[in-house]
Amino acid sequence: MKKELRSPVSQRPHTAEDVNGKSGIGSEVSIELNGEKIKVALGKSILDICRENKIHIPTLCYHEDLCIAGNCRLCLVEIEGMKNLQTACSFPVTSPVKIKTFSDKVRKARKHIIDLLLSEHYGECYSCVRNNNCELQTLAREHGIDSYEFGHVCEPRFEIDNSSAAVIREMDKCILCRRCVRTCIDLQEVGVLEAINRGYETKISTFLDMPLADVICINCGQCINRCPTGALHANDPSDEIWKAIEDPRKHVVLQTAPSPRASIGEEFGLSPGHSMTGQLNTAARRIGFDKVFDTNFSADLTIMEEGTELLNRLKKAIVDKDENVKLPQFTSCSPGWVKFIEHFYPEKLDYLSTAKSPQQMFGAVLKTFYAEESGIDPADIVTVALMPCAAKKFECNRPEMNSSGFKDVDYGLTTREMAKMIREAGLVLPELPKSGFDDPFGEATGSGLIFGSTGGVMEAALRTVYELVTGRPVPFDGLNIDVCRGMKGIKEASVKLENCKEEFSFLEGVDLKFIVAHGTANAKVVMDMLKRGELNGYHFVEIMACPGGCIGGGGQPIPTSESIRKLRAKAIYEEEGLLQVRKSHENPKIKYIYEKYFTDGPCGKLSHKLLHTGYIKRGKLIK
Amino acid sequence: MNEIEKNIRREFIHELISTHGAERTSLLPVLQEFQKKFGYIDGHSQQEIAFAMNIHPVEVNSIISFYSFLYESPRGRNTVRICRNIVCDFHGSNEIADAVRKEFKMNSGNTSGDGNITLEITNCFGLCDKSPSMIVNENVYEKIDKDSALKILRGL
Repeated sequence: MKKELRSPVSQRPHTAEDVNGKSGIGSEVSIELNGEKIKVALGKSILDICRENKIHIPTLCYHEDLCIAGNCRLCLVEIEGMKNLQTACSFPVTSPVKIKTFSDKVRKARKHIIDLLLSEHYGECYSCVRNNNCELQTLAREHGIDSYEFGHVCEPRFEIDNSSAAVIREMDKCILCRRCVRTCIDLQEVGVLEAINRGYETKISTFLDMPLADVICINCGQCINRCPTGALHANDPSDEIWKAIEDPRKHVVLQTAPSPRASIGEEFGLSPGHSMTGQLNTAARRIGFDKVFDTNFSADLTIMEEGTELLNRLKKAIVDKDENVKLPQFTSCSPGWVKFIEHFYPEKLDYLSTAKSPQQMFGAVLKTFYAEESGIDPADIVTVALMPCAAKKFECNRPEMNSSGFKDVDYGLTTREMAKMIREAGLVLPELPKSGFDDPFGEATGSGLIFGSTGGVMEAALRTVYELVTGRPVPFDGLNIDVCRGMKGIKEASVKLENCKEEFSFLEGVDLKFIVAHGTANAKVVMDMLKRGELNGYHFVEIMACPGGCIGGGGQPIPTSESIRKLRAKAIYEEEGLLQVRKSHENPKIKYIYEKYFTDGPCGKLSHKLLHTGYIKRGKLIK
Repeated sequence: MNEIEKNIRREFIHELISTHGAERTSLLPVLQEFQKKFGYIDGHSQQEIAFAMNIHPVEVNSIISFYSFLYESPRGRNTVRICRNIVCDFHGSNEIADAVRKEFKMNSGNTSGDGNITLEITNCFGLCDKSPSMIVNENVYEKIDKDSALKILRGL
């Protein structure tokens, strides 16, 4: 019947009716891939088929985490009988097609596309932050581009937008693949970036082309992680840090978060999932940091504060029947999430824990307690935080973050920038000897370590809260609360509190219900549930702004994908399993600091001054 | 823009959405009718429309910038479009446009000094057989010349 159709071959409908007598979704179809006959599942995209068969198809706009766009046209393949080349990423195989992935026509077309991209791509590779880690550069190399066939712009057309504390936009390097647009709108549901204008005037822009600092950007930096070129990158403070290190009067202190340790090896050519904690400490000392502390210590501190705050809220709600108490309590460790709720749900800010993030707690402790103990003038202390995060740069610059009387954290440094500093210092990280953290904040627990992965804060808090209330460890095998782990967008579970201690008898029989969400798109789902009143009866919600939690943060090595994030999480959980002390409240240094300094205990007067903060109702209207 | 003007626009947006629905697909009719009433779609109203339809303001901004017939900034009360493509150009559309600019003392934004007319030089609108042609608001004028064009525009 098909042969009788008068339409040209290219426009005939493709059906699978005569493939071994099978048809419909779920069945197989035999195709010819570069002359080789294979059977594939019906409906699979050519790109997926090629990847399974170890055929490399170049892509630019395609990203595992994002929806298919098909706008860069680099994955073009030739299909016999079709007049035009087809994009492999968006072509589902529904008929016994014959595909050629590197015919003369295909190679010529791809080369032209790259040449055209380069003709509008301002700048030279050696003066770019993404040199050697740029997808456009890689493609140009793969396709043997040795000249600018269609010319090359030599004048910048756009101004660099460096208004934001976290993300810098250099639109001259943009190739309009719209990965950032899909990241911001689909993956994170923030909606800051979109393509404006049409045709050759198209550019990626914020609302009314405003500076990034003035729009509702939450600084999560996910767009940076997905940008194929150097058009988006983080605001790099390493020059100022080098200057502070050179200055003999300055006491430069580095705190390192758990996630960069699990991922920094990738910057030095290791495969994802290698923990580099010891080597990183050595590298930081050799670079010239005076002290290297473990952010996990302040993560433990966060758990003490946040856990106590939760118990206080529960007590007020159950014993005092106070109706103004907001439950569930939301975590406040993720600065991207904090800015998200400030913008999009300002009326729900009371639900957010007032505890600062571990980074800011550490900054405040370093410039008060540590300065007193070690006899250093806090004005001479420079605190640097190695974080997996772009939003931490914004957080440390918040005007209210100066409870020590100084700027609590001077610089937020991302994993990528730390790797750059290590390279600048001529060190090869994987080959360095291991060393430990400095005292007095060298001891941290496994609870602090797992903050790096989604569900970690919840797991750590449960270990402490459950034990504070009942006097027994959490009823999970080997303290591993598996319901908190994994990459599911929204996880929920509950723990029953039984045989409570006397002072917590009001919690007897309470089913402690909690939710873990990561990525602000999932946070939005949770917040809309809260708005509709569906979270009544829940007690604690952990939200991380980035997919996968901190290990997928906006300051982490590029590229990122779910499999990479899973490997990084695995590295963190493996390291955690080896630790002796795995509960925050059992950290001897935590006990020490509450005995010596925060003498009125967690959520006391001094801790309120130094370790807690307030939030700003920003709203989503851009003025 | 003051609060009263903002409120008038907000109410009108909600009226439009109650007639067209809040789905993404009704964005274009909402924008068109809003523009018909207020002449252009200001930044604040773009956000109001986005919030009412539960989409991102930047998406509304993107749509407006994509379509030539949707405007983000104030313009003259009447829009005059003259084609610049080859057939109209051969028949003198360029000279007609120059004459219009001169007659109505247009600024660099091609809007007359009194804010009455905005001139747009566009690409082909498919009336080559009747060139040169001109569109004033929604009326088409065919085979115009300098004098007839100015006569039509003086009457606005």
